[in-house]
Amino acid sequence: METVVQQIINGLVLGSIYALIALGYSMVYGVLRLINFAHGDVYMLGAYAGYYIARTAGLGDQNPSILGAIGVTVSAMVVCAVIGTVIERFAYKPVRSHSRLTSLITAIGVSLLIEYGAQMIFGANPKAFPSLVQSSPIPVGPVQITNVNLMIIVVSLLLMVGLQLVVHKTKIGKAMRAVSYNQTSAKLMGINTEMVISFTFALGSALAAAAGVMVALSIPSIDPLMGLLTGLKAFVAAVLGGIGNIPGAVAGGLIIGLLESFVGGSSLSGYRDAVAFGILIIVLIVRPSGIFGTAVTEKV
Amino acid sequence: MSFAKKAVFAAVAVLVLLGLNFAVQELPFYTVAGYGISEYWVRVLMLIGINVTLAVGLNLINGIAGQFSLGHAGFMAVGGYTSAYVTCSLFFLIFGNDAARILSSGNAGVGVTSAVLVAGLVAGGLAAAAVGLAVGVPSLRLKGDYLAIVTLGFGEIIRVVIQNLNVVGGNTGFRDLTFGEGASAVSVPVQPLANFFWIFLVAVIAVVMSRNIVSSTFGRALMAVREDEIAAEAMGVNTTYYKVMAFVLGSALAGVAGGLSGHLFGNLLTPATFTFVRSIEVVIMIVLGGIGSITGAVVGATALTLLPEVLRPVDSAYPGLRMVLYALMLILLMIFRPQGIFGRREFGFDWILRRGRRAEAVALTDGADAIAGTGTRPEDDQHQPGSSERGTR
Repeated sequence: METVVQQIINGLVLGSIYALIALGYSMVYGVLRLINFAHGDVYMLGAYAGYYIARTAGLGDQNPSILGAIGVTVSAMVVCAVIGTVIERFAYKPVRSHSRLTSLITAIGVSLLIEYGAQMIFGANPKAFPSLVQSSPIPVGPVQITNVNLMIIVVSLLLMVGLQLVVHKTKIGKAMRAVSYNQTSAKLMGINTEMVISFTFALGSALAAAAGVMVALSIPSIDPLMGLLTGLKAFVAAVLGGIGNIPGAVAGGLIIGLLESFVGGSSLSGYRDAVAFGILIIVLIVRPSGIFGTAVTEKV
Repeated sequence: MSFAKKAVFAAVAVLVLLGLNFAVQELPFYTVAGYGISEYWVRVLMLIGINVTLAVGLNLINGIAGQFSLGHAGFMAVGGYTSAYVTCSLFFLIFGNDAARILSSGNAGVGVTSAVLVAGLVAGGLAAAAVGLAVGVPSLRLKGDYLAIVTLGFGEIIRVVIQNLNVVGGNTGFRDLTFGEGASAVSVPVQPLANFFWIFLVAVIAVVMSRNIVSSTFGRALMAVREDEIAAEAMGVNTTYYKVMAFVLGSALAGVAGGLSGHLFGNLLTPATFTFVRSIEVVIMIVLGGIGSITGAVVGATALTLLPEVLRPVDSAYPGLRMVLYALMLILLMIFRPQGIFGRREFGFDWILRRGRRAEAVALTDGADAIAGTGTRPEDDQHQPGSSERGTR
């Protein structure tokens, strides 16, 4: 019984990370109908940004502090928001008028560029992320959860709630929803679609960066390819929940995190990476619009 | 073309390939004025051949049928592992317990090894085709981005499954196959059977097959599906059948190419070789050459096999820069020339003949045009009477 609860907790932690990254995928797809393959790599850049910021600020194993951790996370989020906007402006905007296939291949190109660029600049070897928070286990009933993992769940929750507020209670959020509904009409209504698109990218990238820093705090080893597989699984989570749908991305992330945790703890643990893809295939065959998505009927 | 003519062409092609094979094997030993083709470049040549087969197969799926598949590496893996399994098993069946010794001493005989290789490649191709069928039937009702992601997912699942199969080496790779238990266990290592002849024979067959498909009713149906699936369905084309068939053929070619690469000297079949990035490399090849163009696929495969070798000095100066340039090239290609080098056009005998005929026609009609005020428009080229439709868009 303890193992099941432990796996549930691990699954929730993993799922929160997937959910944060999946939100970025969903938002960008909703606004641009583009699968931003490079999003997983923005998550990786967030971890590296946090690493270098922490090193420059002198924070590290010697003097852990919660305030420092928060500062590092926020700075990394800002850095990645800028990076996301730059990617959109220079790589995606020129191909927006071309076919969807071209945009997809461009996204793949950007993803490869970031990965190999990171390998070249930062070195392919994993780096040890400074532990800004002293890790200590907190007993929850029969099982334990480290304070870092608890922080992941709590911070993710706060960020998701914050995002929901932004999307539904602010003017820019309304603009985002309008642009994802129908870009041309939004333009006709006087919405600056370019700014909205850039803002969407910035927001998604900031969330991915937060996920990156938190993962780095939890598993203090970062490498340039850490975003590849995680990004793909987060994309699956977004599709599972209904791509373009924000609560769906969260639900999808948590489901995938939990399932992966259970498979990882079972006898089929070698197949844990295949879980996400298996779910993807089942979802796309059975219900392509996802759990919360609305089925789109094609008019001929 | 009559059957006799085709047979003659085929025989000539085989002889040429055999001759080239011999030349390639002997060339590394000769140098002319200090320049020679080392074994290194021979190997690059063989990699080009394998990549050409892969690219032509993927072009059938992505370019001609218009279905975006990102899982090609998975089919390669299936073909590679299956063919290695089959060749090792056949060698064990034929030579029994002495298999390893006979094979390593080179006493196996060309006839036997060739037959076993062909059997292995056929098995690999069939296995990959079967997997392609299994993957294609559920996936091909999806379109565009979703199909791309599902094929990617299948590719990854195949890789993870292979990683967990200890009988074929699991994570460490398919080095040899062991028969029997304990002290009497016989281990047959995977033999480096692939040479220039087989690799380029397969490549030539792949290209010829693609050309024949493009100029047949089957190809027209595929292109109809590519252009507008709903219209094609309305015209009575069974879109599902044609899409799945293209998928199966493309994956069969990938399987054979995978089998060849598995039997290449010094190549090891590991799950790590067949990742999503490998699939992307093949996609880049056909995108560079022009999606939908067979010539483009060949040129793209050649260019992108040579590019890493040409950029190797750059890589030793700045490690990792090579791949960064690769990725940058892809992005710039998509921004500035998304149709690739050839677009959808082909380069073939027709093109040369047409140019010749057009030059004549221009010379004759120049006078008339000057008076009438019209000129030859590019679209007219495709409707000239007498020019064969093969290869034209």
